[in-house]
Amino acid sequence: MKAAPFQYHDPTSIDEAIDLLGKLENAKVLAGGQSLMAMLNMRYAQPDHVVDINRIADLSYIREANGALVIGAMTRQRDLEFSDLVRRTCPILHEAIQHVGHRQTRNRGTVGGSLCHLDPSAELAAMAALHNATLTVAGPKGSRELAFKEFALGFMTPALEVDEILTAIRIEFWPKGHGYGFLEFARRHGDFAVASAGALITLDAKGLIDRASLVIGGVGSVPTRVESAEQILLGTQPTQAVFEEAARACKSIEALDDIHAPASYRLHLAETLARRALAKALLSLRSDGEQ
Amino acid sequence: MDSRDIVVTVNGIRHEATVKTRVTLADFLRHQLELTGTHLGCEHGVCGACTVLVDGRTARSCLMLAVQAHGHEIRTVEGIAPNAKELHPLQTAFQKHHGLQCGFCTPGMLTTLIEFLHDNPDPTEAEVRIAISGNLCRCTGYQGIVDAALDAAKTMRNST
Amino acid sequence: MSIQAAPSQRKETKVFGKRVPRLEDLPLVKGLGRFVADLSFPHQLYMRVVRSPIAHGTITRIDADEARKAPGVVAIWTHADIAAYPLIDFRDPSAEALMPYRQPLLAKDRVRYVGEPIAVVFAESAYLAEDAADLVFAEIDELPPHMDAQADCASFAPGISTEPIVLKQGFGDLPGAFASAHCVVELELSIGRHSGVPMECRGAIGRYDAAQDVLELWGAAKVPLRNRETMARYFQRSSASVQLYELHVGGGFGVRGELYPEDFLVCAASMTLGRPIKWIEDRREHLMATNQSREQYHRVRAAVDQNGRILALSDVFFHDQGAYVRTHGARVADLTIGMLPGPYHVPVYQGIGHFRLTNKTPAATYRSPGRYEGSFVRERLVDAIAAKLGLDRIEVRRRNLIPSADMPYTRQLGALGTEVVLDSGDYAGLLQTSIDRFGWDELQKTIRVRRAQGEFVGAGIAMFLEKSGMGPSDSVTVSVDPMGFVEVVTGGASVGQGFETAMAQICAETLGVDYRRIRVVHGQTDRIRFGIGAHASRATVMTGNAVHAAATNVRDLALKHASVLLQAPAELLDIVDGIVVRKGSPSGPTISLGQLSRQLSPGPEAIARGTNGLSCEGWFYADHMTYPYGVHLALVRVDGETGQVFVERYMVASDVGRAVNPMIVEGQVVGGVAQGLGGALYEQFRYSDTGQPLSLNFAEYLIPTAHEVPDVEVIVAEDAPSPLNPLGIKGAGEGGCTGVGAAIASAVDDAIGIPGAITSLPITPAKLKALLKNRRDNSNGDST
Repeated sequence: MKAAPFQYHDPTSIDEAIDLLGKLENAKVLAGGQSLMAMLNMRYAQPDHVVDINRIADLSYIREANGALVIGAMTRQRDLEFSDLVRRTCPILHEAIQHVGHRQTRNRGTVGGSLCHLDPSAELAAMAALHNATLTVAGPKGSRELAFKEFALGFMTPALEVDEILTAIRIEFWPKGHGYGFLEFARRHGDFAVASAGALITLDAKGLIDRASLVIGGVGSVPTRVESAEQILLGTQPTQAVFEEAARACKSIEALDDIHAPASYRLHLAETLARRALAKALLSLRSDGEQ
Repeated sequence: MDSRDIVVTVNGIRHEATVKTRVTLADFLRHQLELTGTHLGCEHGVCGACTVLVDGRTARSCLMLAVQAHGHEIRTVEGIAPNAKELHPLQTAFQKHHGLQCGFCTPGMLTTLIEFLHDNPDPTEAEVRIAISGNLCRCTGYQGIVDAALDAAKTMRNST
Repeated sequence: MSIQAAPSQRKETKVFGKRVPRLEDLPLVKGLGRFVADLSFPHQLYMRVVRSPIAHGTITRIDADEARKAPGVVAIWTHADIAAYPLIDFRDPSAEALMPYRQPLLAKDRVRYVGEPIAVVFAESAYLAEDAADLVFAEIDELPPHMDAQADCASFAPGISTEPIVLKQGFGDLPGAFASAHCVVELELSIGRHSGVPMECRGAIGRYDAAQDVLELWGAAKVPLRNRETMARYFQRSSASVQLYELHVGGGFGVRGELYPEDFLVCAASMTLGRPIKWIEDRREHLMATNQSREQYHRVRAAVDQNGRILALSDVFFHDQGAYVRTHGARVADLTIGMLPGPYHVPVYQGIGHFRLTNKTPAATYRSPGRYEGSFVRERLVDAIAAKLGLDRIEVRRRNLIPSADMPYTRQLGALGTEVVLDSGDYAGLLQTSIDRFGWDELQKTIRVRRAQGEFVGAGIAMFLEKSGMGPSDSVTVSVDPMGFVEVVTGGASVGQGFETAMAQICAETLGVDYRRIRVVHGQTDRIRFGIGAHASRATVMTGNAVHAAATNVRDLALKHASVLLQAPAELLDIVDGIVVRKGSPSGPTISLGQLSRQLSPGPEAIARGTNGLSCEGWFYADHMTYPYGVHLALVRVDGETGQVFVERYMVASDVGRAVNPMIVEGQVVGGVAQGLGGALYEQFRYSDTGQPLSLNFAEYLIPTAHEVPDVEVIVAEDAPSPLNPLGIKGAGEGGCTGVGAAIASAVDDAIGIPGAITSLPITPAKLKALLKNRRDNSNGDST
């Protein structure tokens, strides 16, 4: 289980990297390597060129800008986990990140790497979908921005040209004190989720849900915002019955079927986890209010 | 074949070496530096046996290229004891609590726990179990390892 | 940093039964162990196996031309290059009917599983060998794969069926017993395909020493001396010219140390190519090439009286052997039949095992072979009897247990070629002890309260009967050197279980020396002529008693000569801390074992001629195995919505006769539970309909982590020392694993409130969810 031969490149600037990617045939970008290295070792991936972007400065940061969290693509997952800014402004991300692999993989694994690998059950991709994050992509003609919805084209397929690199992700803050809940179901701790659910809600002065976001990961070919469920929630009292109804809407996702779970079971999990995530979100809202 | 010259510090010793760029850090350590304490149990980043410390943070050495270690400081199981005569408290505790049987997973368990106890010097049992959940052990059922980690944490707290 | 605990000044001689630290640990915690992948010889080549991508087919052509031109390639072999080598032999004589099903080193014209070796590449590095292997192209005409051991038999080869043998054992009047029964309980049950999967993959280095004409195999394990016999026979060489060397072994569990095609290939190539040949299996290969185990389908029936007493038991099962019959022959199926009745009195019994081949990776033994399977079947049946008659699960067990007064109990069955005679045991006593310690009755109340709050929580029980100490014999040589250090040369093997420490403890106790001054040799065929190794929980029983015999002989020899030198009758002498003293007179004259060794060795100080130093051989013989037994108890919670099972508590009570080192015994039990739990809830080798393996990495083959394995409560019982050996020992290696599938199934049934719901392992969340859904649908149906 040793990687097939490849040419190794380690550009030190984004421009250099993009230039290389434009010139080289069959090249792969190596970020944290927590998926790609395994695929190389197993020879599932056999690129002729590996462009290692670990030596590019300035791609690793977590900062606040204009009411949003901006994260550099090469930020290690561990740094998100231990970031006070993340914990404070985007608590669901803090929670979700702890489900990503294990400490050893989070130390190396990057935010951008996970998003570009786009495993349907990746927690970071689910978080990006949940917030409909804005992704910044650098290419030969400069940078462009696109919403996660446009970025996640399909099963493990990001909307990236071969000579483009994801450089940053922007997540708009939800109002302070919003309700959040993230849950996932995996066979073992640290495994890729068979299914996950993330929910964000806010209530208006009358206690009705005035904003809701619900994402299901691991079930469809990409993490999926369930807009029909969100519509059910809006303007309602956050009751168990409403949550159940919204959760049922998650069964509309076209579910994957593989060795870990049949599609019907995944849909069942989607419904269950959605309901629980909403309940958890409500609970966090209430406990926050009590403080 | 594509190769590079690298400079890497391993267990405090500076090494200048020429590596094939596709060679993993694990294979470099094991075969070029003959530090065979770092074990390969799966080579796809799940079993944790090859865990080493890179600049103080754990990493799967099967998921890193040797060339990526250039300019970094690596610590392997051979380098966790303070010197040839003394052991790290974790090494002592593993013996005391029967934290190993065949010993194959042990290097990865030790390196993982070194970082973990640094981050969390006073962990609960549940936290220890999560911390080592990225390291598979097929012999012990983990109990001795968990006990050893908790005992070593205590020793380390008392000695500082 | 702490100072390493200074070796205690206190001598550790009275160590039998003590929790002393292991001798094995120090190099391993320092990263200084030497596993086979860690060893390299100058000038070595790396071997890479090209494996069949097709489950069943005919090889029409293998094109290795391009591969031969690849950088670093020295040779490439296909079957044609080694056509003269025979099929891989069984270790023990096996039924003639099995002979055609043995595996070749490389597939000849037919491939029978994905992963079957079809070619090998020898190259200058592991990377280059793998590069070249990718360039070997095999043209294979696909044949329909045979994937279901329960389906009608297919053809293994022209005119040869996929069912070589039907095993059958039993006693008593089966039809009569069933005809007169109060009721009959019948179940269909299955156990999933899983296996040992040690953390170290296999590995082997073949080295031919032309100067000495010796063929060496490095990386041997489990049964090095037996494997030497097989190797010597295979290569038609004298035993003395074939040597096997065991290094550190990263877990055995039954699968490691059997002889596989790769072991022969590295040896053959080392002779042909004249260079050491190193082969290190990778994990993907391991999951498609190393022995799998367990997959069986049972149809079991019990005839019972109105009190739940078993009158007769009948079991017909289908054993999925996979593509070939490897070194074990039909052992697992045979053990399933021989051990199925377990600790219960069964007046009439019949076991029929259909031993069948399929197009999957070949199967063989895995920790508790046949007993993990059989215990699941038997204990499910006992639970079903209780449910059917409305009796308590524990009470039904109590009523059927063999009373200790009936020991030794002749089962009228055979296992591993010997008659099953249960040597000793207080089964009912240990059952009571364990349910008391578990707080079973109290727990029922807690469970009721939690259920009332909507939780799915339940308790389960399984009893197990193990076998250990397989004979027929073991020899050991114990020698004391002039400095008083002791060497114990065994024919045993270490797979990480603590063999060295246990042997040293036995020797230390017998001889009166500090166990840390004892070096235990194992797995080195050039050091001892006879021995078997470490499997079937035999090492501590067999080799341990041989150590005891040899150490006793050394002790007697030392005291005999000391008696002359100290002018005191031998009966009045004792050995304390390696020094011969007069009993009760510490200030009297003494002589050390080291001094005695010098005087008994050839040389100027020799006091006798023809002596062999202070060194003696000792033998232990066993006509029958010893039978450990015990109880597994589990408390589980099921997430009623997801079907996920959480094991909240787990207890094993295991009677090992006498524990040489309780710490090591507990380690064996807890480790066994973790593996058993894997088979119960997580691990399964799955295949597609076309025979493609679907569990080829650790994200698909799910080994439980520290997060899934609970803290296991262990009762190491010594109620019933074995009368069959002087130390009273029974093996401890397997009982922790044996009962887990059964106990978890029992607990899950209880948690979801559907007796008999669990009929197959592993219990996956999706499967359990479907069971719960059916129940809900049915109960909805009832109410409307």
